[in-house]
Amino acid sequence: MSLYRAETRRLVKRRFTRVFVVLTLLVLGLIVGGVGIFSTKLTPAVTARAQTQATAEYQSALEYAAEEKRLCAVDSAAYGGDCASIYQPTPGDYEAQWYLPFSFNFGESFEDMLVVLTALLAMVAFAIGASFVGVEWRNGGMMNLLLWRPRRAQVLLTKLGALLAGLVGLTVVTGLLWTATFWAIGRFRGDLGKLTPGVWQSFGLTGLRALALVVVAGALGFGLASIGRHTAAAFGVAIGALVVMQFGLSTVLNMASARYADLYLADKWVTAWMYKSAEVIDWSAPCDYASGGNCEQPVFTITWQMAGGLLTALFVLVTVVAMWTFRKRDIA
Amino acid sequence: MTAVLEISGLRKTYRSRKGVRNALDGFDMLVEAGQVHGFLGPNGSGKTTTLRTLLGLIRPNEGRMAILGHEVPRHLPEVASGVGAIVESPQFFGNFTALETLTLLAIAGDVNRNRVHAVLELVGLRERAKEKVKTYSLGMKQRLAVASALLKEPKLLILDEPANGLDPGGIREMRTLMRDLSDSGMTVLLSSHILGEIQLICDSVTIIAAGRRVSSGSVADVLAQHTSASVKVRLEPGVDLLNAAQLLRTAGAEVRLESDHFVVGNAGNPAQITKLLAEQQIFVAELTPISADLESVFLELTGTAPVDGENRQVDQVAAAGGGWGR
Repeated sequence: MSLYRAETRRLVKRRFTRVFVVLTLLVLGLIVGGVGIFSTKLTPAVTARAQTQATAEYQSALEYAAEEKRLCAVDSAAYGGDCASIYQPTPGDYEAQWYLPFSFNFGESFEDMLVVLTALLAMVAFAIGASFVGVEWRNGGMMNLLLWRPRRAQVLLTKLGALLAGLVGLTVVTGLLWTATFWAIGRFRGDLGKLTPGVWQSFGLTGLRALALVVVAGALGFGLASIGRHTAAAFGVAIGALVVMQFGLSTVLNMASARYADLYLADKWVTAWMYKSAEVIDWSAPCDYASGGNCEQPVFTITWQMAGGLLTALFVLVTVVAMWTFRKRDIA
Repeated sequence: MTAVLEISGLRKTYRSRKGVRNALDGFDMLVEAGQVHGFLGPNGSGKTTTLRTLLGLIRPNEGRMAILGHEVPRHLPEVASGVGAIVESPQFFGNFTALETLTLLAIAGDVNRNRVHAVLELVGLRERAKEKVKTYSLGMKQRLAVASALLKEPKLLILDEPANGLDPGGIREMRTLMRDLSDSGMTVLLSSHILGEIQLICDSVTIIAAGRRVSSGSVADVLAQHTSASVKVRLEPGVDLLNAAQLLRTAGAEVRLESDHFVVGNAGNPAQITKLLAEQQIFVAELTPISADLESVFLELTGTAPVDGENRQVDQVAAAGGGWGR
């Protein structure tokens, strides 16, 4: 327990942690500020103004069409001899809702905002996790600690526990503030939408999946840096995976017309995890025009359970390898 | 006396594409309670590997080790609280102060936090305790390292090059500290290249070369084993040195001429020198036995004495064993 307390304290006191948390909060603040500033509550006056603008635009379009027709009557050759083809605007082309200013709808858009928060926190968790153990390897702090605490497995697990507990705390607090802030924006500068118990439950479940993703990202950063004994090792693997998987492998598979080439894109799996499913189209398959005349190609649906399985497998694999190398390798 | 540290037959092998290297090749060491024990060896001889193996950081291939009567590394967790150690030059988080660094260690090790101020005082960092470590000089970091090792009031203190980076005053303070700690009952194992310091403060020494023990025992015994029967002979001014040397050589002496004196290498009975010379009316102004110091013994035992016109390589020692590709 004392080691856990020391590691928690070290995590919180580290400048890297503090700087990254502050920068994250700053970016989140900018997003909140941007949405808050640009969102407008749709009052009857705002709606009426949009309706007036739509009507005015419609009238302007009518006048333009009438002028075109008049000119066509004078010189039809300039219009290809077909004055009937000049478009006659309809009121449906100028609906008032298109002239409404941006208004944040909490019920409809908050899930997307949760995904934004998760993406940012997951990146920060990876960086903090990698640095937390990587710097200790690099500067000899790990060796120093092992002189005090020779049980290696206990040391690494305690460090990981302290890190993950810190990340859970950060995510929960930030998530609650995020929710409250966007609720307030919806309430006072936008629209809350239909907030049924089901909607709140959906937000809650998305939030839990976000929490799991942040924890896994932190553990991956920690594990990779521990295996490579350097913070840069984790970043190197992350960048390597991004280059190989997102660009290299994807390009090669597409060129080779492999089936469901997009399955190898990490963002598809993250999307599936956060939005409960993601569809991957087999672009190499021939089109099927049987239903509705549009090109239909086979679709593979990645479910959140599949994505969860992959995340769990990654978490377990990296943690177990980190533990094994930590116990077996000499510390020189 | 009770053995605080015992090592026997310790072997550590590193394998690489270049071949196999025996960092430790059946090394033995014994440190008795309450002593300041010097651990000497040239670069790459296996000193740090020994200390790291002892402290559980490196796994040995063979051998037995015991600290405070407990087999290690199996029982290291039980004895860790009684062992304070710094291995090579430990680094600390530059943005933490010395106070924070030691406090975190004290929390991690379940040590009374009052010890933090006590050890900072002991190593002379009290006034600078609240400054960030990155502002510290090498010597101050070394003091902090020693403070961290002393934090848990160890029975055995293992220090690898503790004087590294210290100024002369700091070296003297460190020497006094070692002596005081030893007097208070603590056993100190001290690895150092400053042989003069070792000779001054150590009760006993172990010398390692190419992963093997080449000598051990009390400093006096080690010196005595390697003290030659050489004497320095200085004659009255104006006397022909060459003639006197020739006289002694004729009598079987091994004489080495220097600019204003000569050295007789096999002077088992120095009185014989004065007698032989006096018979020829040559009178001795100075006759001094040449005693070995630790440095010369070290250089002789480890085969690392510089040779004119040669650049010795790190793994190149006179002692057998070690080196790549064995």
